[in-house]
Amino acid sequence: MIPGKPSTFTYSVLPVLTVVAVLVVVWYAAAIKMNSTWTYDQAARAGTEPSFSEVVKDTMQQDRPLLPVPHQVAAELWDTTVEKKITSKRSMIYQGSITLKTTLWGFALGVVVGIAMAALIVLSRVGRLSLMPWAIISQTIPIVALAPIIVVLSNAIGAGSLLVPKAIIAAYLSFFPVMVSMIKGLTSPDHMQLDLLRTYGAKRSAVFWKLRVPASMPYFFASLKVSIAAAFVGAVVGELSTSAISGLGARMLIGSQFGEPMIMWAALFAAAILAAILIFTVGAIEKILRRAMGGQPV
Amino acid sequence: MTSPVIDVSGVDLTFQTNDGPIHALKNVNLEINKGDFVSFIGPSGCGKTTLLRCIAGLETPTGGDLTVNGLSPEDARKARSYGYVFQAAGLYPWRTIGGNVKLPLEIMGFSKEDQTERVRKVLELVDLAGFEKKYPWQLSGGMQQRASIARALAFDADILLMDEPFGALDEIVRDHLNEQVLKLWARTEKTIAFVTHSIPEAVYLSTKIVVMSPRPGRITDIIDSPLPKDRPLNIRDSAEFIQIAHRVRDGLRAGHDE
Repeated sequence: MIPGKPSTFTYSVLPVLTVVAVLVVVWYAAAIKMNSTWTYDQAARAGTEPSFSEVVKDTMQQDRPLLPVPHQVAAELWDTTVEKKITSKRSMIYQGSITLKTTLWGFALGVVVGIAMAALIVLSRVGRLSLMPWAIISQTIPIVALAPIIVVLSNAIGAGSLLVPKAIIAAYLSFFPVMVSMIKGLTSPDHMQLDLLRTYGAKRSAVFWKLRVPASMPYFFASLKVSIAAAFVGAVVGELSTSAISGLGARMLIGSQFGEPMIMWAALFAAAILAAILIFTVGAIEKILRRAMGGQPV
Repeated sequence: MTSPVIDVSGVDLTFQTNDGPIHALKNVNLEINKGDFVSFIGPSGCGKTTLLRCIAGLETPTGGDLTVNGLSPEDARKARSYGYVFQAAGLYPWRTIGGNVKLPLEIMGFSKEDQTERVRKVLELVDLAGFEKKYPWQLSGGMQQRASIARALAFDADILLMDEPFGALDEIVRDHLNEQVLKLWARTEKTIAFVTHSIPEAVYLSTKIVVMSPRPGRITDIIDSPLPKDRPLNIRDSAEFIQIAHRVRDGLRAGHDE
């Protein structure tokens, strides 16, 4: 460590941990406050008068608390990931893998559609005039409203499983950031670079493949992280709104409908962790590709 | 003597802009012969870069005749008659130096072995042998500009068009590169058209100096340099050199006062 220079710990770990600590404290306080109502009701019914420490203790042990405390959620998460068999319907790993599959299919579809639309928009005037307005309008329609329609339609065209409509919903959200970035990236070469290729008598296809496509890569990579996050949100929303019975989104819904707050919260955290892993993975792949393309280390 | 490589006669160019027409070039007449080193010098807005772009077929004159190798600039461009060096090196950051030099060769469809051989040869020519695998950001500004010259030389066109290639570099690097360009010119016997705003650079490099002035862009003087082809850097202290520099300065001033 260089003297005088703060370590990585002070720079990146400590701030995050501080925020987490504050959140945990607030969470415990809120849980005690919210869950104590039930404890007092029970005590009143039994005719006892619990001390404050008894109340606090009780608020953290309820089976169906209004707001489970962090260690209860952690325990539930541990139980449903490590303790349960992966094949069990109660396993978050199993549920998460379903959401993951939807996310990845939606992401792949979204990236392909996003690139294709960007290429059409950049290369042809007709594409620009006809596609661009629709692409923007598409993002103003709430996906929750479209979800049932997508389910019905994909059933009608004979898609057997729910995977197809869910992946379409995920792709619907994830194509947009890729398209916008790719349009920007493909049009990023300046006049000088285009003139240079003209002096070589280069064809339009050469300009596209040798200049526009490689020049767009940094923009593309930057959009992937946003896109995978959007695909994940789309997958969860898809599970919530297609009356799916499996997947993390479905688990959340089931948890809320059957009054199982622990399941709901555990599914929520499983979703957050999965999203973090996805974004981190995409970020790592991006770093490797950047280096392969001769990027200057930062 | 055969016909000139670049023949400009009565060329006019007017740009239509939102603020009305701009007369960029007015009645420009110029002959450039094979093996000439011609500099265009003048203040900004005198149309020197525009004239070079017309020769390259990147702009189309609105009047007059212009031929390159006996062809129209457009056809000459498609026949890949010239290499063009821009103000900025403009190397692709995602390609190595070798990869950048290879770019025109790939587009023009040279064979793989030929590409490798040519890249090696031109990098040697600009003193960048051994930098083939480096990326542009690993090179200094002067080296990057040399790489861009190598890129323009790679497909071995007879004509080299250079648009203020050393304008952004400091004087020490510029002196060094000027020497190298002269050596390169002597070795390859190319016809070079070179835009600059530096009087010493123009006088040191050229066999023919074209002095231009703005509003409208036109040629005010064409000076055939009596300096010998072999020019050490200290030739710039000779009486002849200073005399030519004077004449260039006078031409620039005359154009300015009108």
